[in-house]
Formats: sequence, C-alpha cells, structure tokens
Amino acid sequence: MRDVAERQLTFAEAIRESLDQAMEKDPRVIVIGEGVPDPKAIFNTTAGLRQKYGARRVFDMPLSENGLTGACIGAALAGMRPVMIHQRVDFALLAMDQLINNAAKWHYMFDGKASVPMVVRMIVGRGWGQGPQHSQSLQAMFAMVPGLKVVMPTTAYDAKGLMITAIEDNNPVLFIEHRWLHHVADNVPDHYYRVPIGTARMLHEGSDVTVAAFSYMAFEALIAAKSMLTEMGIGLEVIDMRTVRPLDVESVLTSVRKTGRLIVADTAFRTGSIAGELISQVVEHSFASLTAPPVRIASPDFPTPTSHFMAEDYYPGPKTIADAALDLMGKSKETGGYQRVSVALARKGPHDAPNREFSGPF
Amino acid sequence: MHDQTRRSLFRSMLRIRRVEEALATRYAEQMMRCPMHLCVGQEAIAVGVCAALRKEDKVFSNHRAHGHYLAKGGDLNAMVAELYGRATGCCGGRGGSMHLIDLDVGFMGATPIVGGTVPLAVGSAWAASLQGTHDVSVSFLGDGCFEEGVVHESLNFAALHRLPIIFVCENNDFSVYTRRNERQPNRPIYRIAEAHGMPAATADGNDVETVNSMARSAVEHARDGKGPQFLEFDAYRWREHCGPDFDDHLKYRSVQEIEAGMNNCPIDRYKTILMQTGALDEVSCAGIETQIREEVSAAFDFALASSKPTIKDAWEKVYA
Repeated sequence: MRDVAERQLTFAEAIRESLDQAMEKDPRVIVIGEGVPDPKAIFNTTAGLRQKYGARRVFDMPLSENGLTGACIGAALAGMRPVMIHQRVDFALLAMDQLINNAAKWHYMFDGKASVPMVVRMIVGRGWGQGPQHSQSLQAMFAMVPGLKVVMPTTAYDAKGLMITAIEDNNPVLFIEHRWLHHVADNVPDHYYRVPIGTARMLHEGSDVTVAAFSYMAFEALIAAKSMLTEMGIGLEVIDMRTVRPLDVESVLTSVRKTGRLIVADTAFRTGSIAGELISQVVEHSFASLTAPPVRIASPDFPTPTSHFMAEDYYPGPKTIADAALDLMGKSKETGGYQRVSVALARKGPHDAPNREFSGPF
Repeated sequence: MHDQTRRSLFRSMLRIRRVEEALATRYAEQMMRCPMHLCVGQEAIAVGVCAALRKEDKVFSNHRAHGHYLAKGGDLNAMVAELYGRATGCCGGRGGSMHLIDLDVGFMGATPIVGGTVPLAVGSAWAASLQGTHDVSVSFLGDGCFEEGVVHESLNFAALHRLPIIFVCENNDFSVYTRRNERQPNRPIYRIAEAHGMPAATADGNDVETVNSMARSAVEHARDGKGPQFLEFDAYRWREHCGPDFDDHLKYRSVQEIEAGMNNCPIDRYKTILMQTGALDEVSCAGIETQIREEVSAAFDFALASSKPTIKDAWEKVYA
C-alpha cells in the first residue's frame, strides 16, 4: 500500500486539490477568474471543479478585473468566500483600486464591523518571451498596503496548506504563484491541512550564510545550497519566506545571529523590493550580528525584455546566489570546489523554459 | 398612496434636510473636521428609493451619503458622532462623513472613490442570488460614475447573471464644478444601462412619489428574478460640492439656474401637495418640525458627549 505521506503532487496539482477540498468543506467558497472552467483550467489548477461543484460556484469571468474584484468584495461582505484568479499578476493591476481602496481597508475603515474574506491568486510568468507585461513580480507593491496579506509559497506542500489557510482567513489574501513552480513536485498529504500565514520555513540548514528567499528564488537557493555543501563544505541556510506580508523577520534574525551574513533573494525588481524591506528590518534589529553588508539578489531595474537573446542573463539563478555567498565570506573562486559548483549550477537547457518538457507558448 | 405613507415620505425628506442644515450651521465651529458632501436638494431620491426597500435589503452609497444612510434607517447619533470623530461614531471615528455604515438596517457602506462601491453592490446581489435569499441590493451612484470603467463592468456583470440589483443614478449634472457636457457626449445616461441589457427609466428626482413608485416597481422586478433595474433621476445640488456653504460667488452656474433649482425643492413641492390633499396641515407639519429639531439636537449632544478615540485605537482592526 502506498504511504499517503509520501504522495508526490506538483505545485499546480496541490493548488487544485486545495481548492477542491476547500470547496467540499465550505459551501461559501466560490472560484472565479478568466478561464477558470475552460479546457486549460488555469494551468490545470482548476480542472474538474465546475464538473464537481457546478456553474453556480465555479465561474468564468468577464474581462473586468476591477469590477469583478469589487463584486468579489461585495460577495465576501455578504458571507461568501471568493477565490479570484489572474493568470498573470500584471492583469491584477487593473484591480488596484478595488484591492487597495476597498478590500484592504473595509474592515479598518468601518471599525471592524465587516471583513473581506477573499483570496486573489496571481501568477508570475517567466520565460518564453513573457516580456514586459506578463512577467512582473509585484509582491512588494501589494505588501506595502496595510490590510492586505501576501503569500508566496515555493513548495507544493506549502501551496496547498497556505491556500487552505488563505481561504479560511477573514482578510483579503493575495496568493502569488510563480509559474515555474507549477511543475515542481513535493510530498503533499492528501488530507485538508493548514500552513500558517506569516511564518517562514527552513529549507536547508547551514552556518555560513543566511539566504532568505522568496518563491522561485527559494527553489534556486536550495539548489545552490546543496551544491555548495557537497562541493565546498559551505553551509547556506536557506529560509523560504513563504509570506511577504506579514514578514517573518524573526526567523531571519535567528539565522543571521548564527551566520552573520545575509543574502535576500527576491523574484522582483531590485528597487523597492521586499528584499530591501527585509534587509532594513534585519539591520534595524540586529546590525551588530552582521559581519558583512547584506546583499540583495533581485531582477535588474528594467522591464523584462521579450527577445530570448536579450533576456539571456536577465534572471539571477543558483550561481548568482553561490557567487554572492562566496563574496560575502571573502572566499576565493580559484578553487577546484568552486569549479565543480560552477559546473553543477550552470544552466543545462534553454534559459527561457522551466524544464526539458516545456515547449511553449506558456 | 395612504396619507400615513405620504406623511412618512415627507417627514423622512424633511429630517434629512434639517440634519444637513444643522451640520452646515455647525460646521463653522471647526469641530467636524472632515470633508462633507451635503445632499440638500436631493432628498427625494434617497427617500423615495429607500421607502421601497425592506430592512434586509442592502444599500451601498458614495461620498454624498447622508441622505441614503438616514433614509435607509441609519442611526442618526452614530452618524453625527462619526462626523465629530468620536468613538461612538458608526466607524468609531475612522471614516467621517464619507464612510458611513449601519449593518443593522442594511446600509452596507459608503465610500468616496467615484464608482467604488458600485461593484460591491453587484457582489452583494450576486451573493444573494447564490445564497437564495430574496434580498435586493441598491447602488446609489452619480452621473460622474458613467465616466468610470468599473461602472460599466458592474452593469455588464449584473446583466449577465441577472442579479437582483437596482442602480439608482442621481444625475445632478456636476462633477465638483464641471458640467456633464464637458465630461460626456450628449446622450442619456439611462440609455447606457439599456445598452448593457437591463430595463431603464428616468424621471424627475424632485418628485418623491414618482421616485417611490418607480423604485417599488424596480424592486419588485429585481426580487422576482427579472434581473437588474436601472433608474436615473434628475437632481439639483444646492450647495457647494464639498462643504457647508452655498457657492454662488464662484459663478460656475448662474443665479437664475440656482434659483430655478431651489424653486423646484422636492420638500416644498410635496408639502404643497400634501396640504392640498389634506394629508398634512400646518399643525401636523409644525409637530414634525419640532420632533425633528429635538432629535437632531439630541444627536449633536450625543456626539459632543461621546468619548474621543486616540492613536492607540487607530492601531487596532487593521486585520480581521
């Protein structure tokens, strides 16, 4: 008999299962978004939901991001628990008025008399020419708004548990998924379980450099950490932040007090990134434990170009993290160990596809 | 219509007028320190529509919300206290005039981003439809809303799912000081709603009985599952866009226009009719005035005697 604890699901399958189980458990949960019931089913994350729960709970949506965000807020105020889905974060920008002026503030401005329990899934695109308007990672922009919660799971396990927690939460929760994580598998229990919002997770222990990472960058950091430990005996402590607001600064402080060195790896543009906020807080609270200036690893401050020639070195990866860690430690790169790490972390396939099976267009 | 109902419509309009006038008078004391958009001159629409609703029906409103709130049965003490920034205000002091709420009477909330609550009212109607309740939702919106994309998105969705909602457009022709003809092409607003696929009608918003009868019919249709309904009413804003005063000195509209608007007072018009039909006489009218005066005065006393919130309170309730 198969051990259910060892069951592997991809991130996308885990999201689908979390929606399925939340809908089964709570009739107030409804799912809406452009393409939710269509044959592609939001990268298969909503597959089968309409068949199981009907057209009254699983909706496609007019191309009205702002209006429908408002409708979801209104429905949430009236006791529903909407899960709204944007296939790209970029589309959600059309809904900033409703998200920031209404969803984030309704509970506060009306003295706690009402609340907006809703989840907004937003997917970060990358590769295959996603370009300037299909690949933005705007978590810091959302996270600066009091009243919003912002989560960014990395593993399939956390994707399921955080989705369930987000749906049960009485506040608006923005659930940001990196498209390149969708195909990554992890152990995912088949029961209904929660992962708390606002807590980071240790992905890899180490005593030399703390790498606090968000979303896909945590996945990249883990690859770097494994290689550096094997080839060079260097210990990266990789912390998957999981939540952008509220930030689990305490977990990072605990690690930095041990390592004295900090890298924050973010999927976003460098300027104004949540990486900068996290570093600020670490410096404010534990400056004395830092033995070197903290480092941000983020995307460069220009929009993502579409041409795969231009985008070749746009994204930082595991090697960027390894190099930064060595620089922080003042270690030489003229060693055999580093050569092996370099080879191990070098990109194997095309830079603009998440894996070998991928052949576009999404 | 029964005399009692007519007196009730009259009283409700007069009460809103007297509250607004009292607020205007006392605003100069500098104790109500928030933007305030008075609805003097537009009372008939709020009263005519809300009188067609049940307590459980849901109303969403905008920056000019006092009339809608009071007509729906919102607590006067809590409103005045809110304007004074007191802890007993309907938002505990977090909202002021532009953010009113009274969930006990189905007044779901008012906010000042133009068009901002329109999709929320649609969402409320959507929830009612999903939950199988028989409540209708009402969205009070102004002519300026038809320049906001979100309003068209809302009309589209409401029509698509045949939601139990009534859109009530108060067309006072002004966005702050800018006339509609500088903002919109020359076409009737209600026809836009028709183009979105819902029945729409328009009438004089200074005639409370007409407003009420159209609203009752619209509510009945929406409650019967016939989908969204749209009503457009002409209105005239007597005072400045924001603040307690008249603003004739700005000369953005002519004295003749203002006089014509004020001569078309919905309350005076209705009073004349009720006097003629015998539903009202000078004695009963004076009695209503006295009751209202006492109630309003008590509301100010309540507000001024209420405790003051502090910055410590402001840290609370960011998250539910």
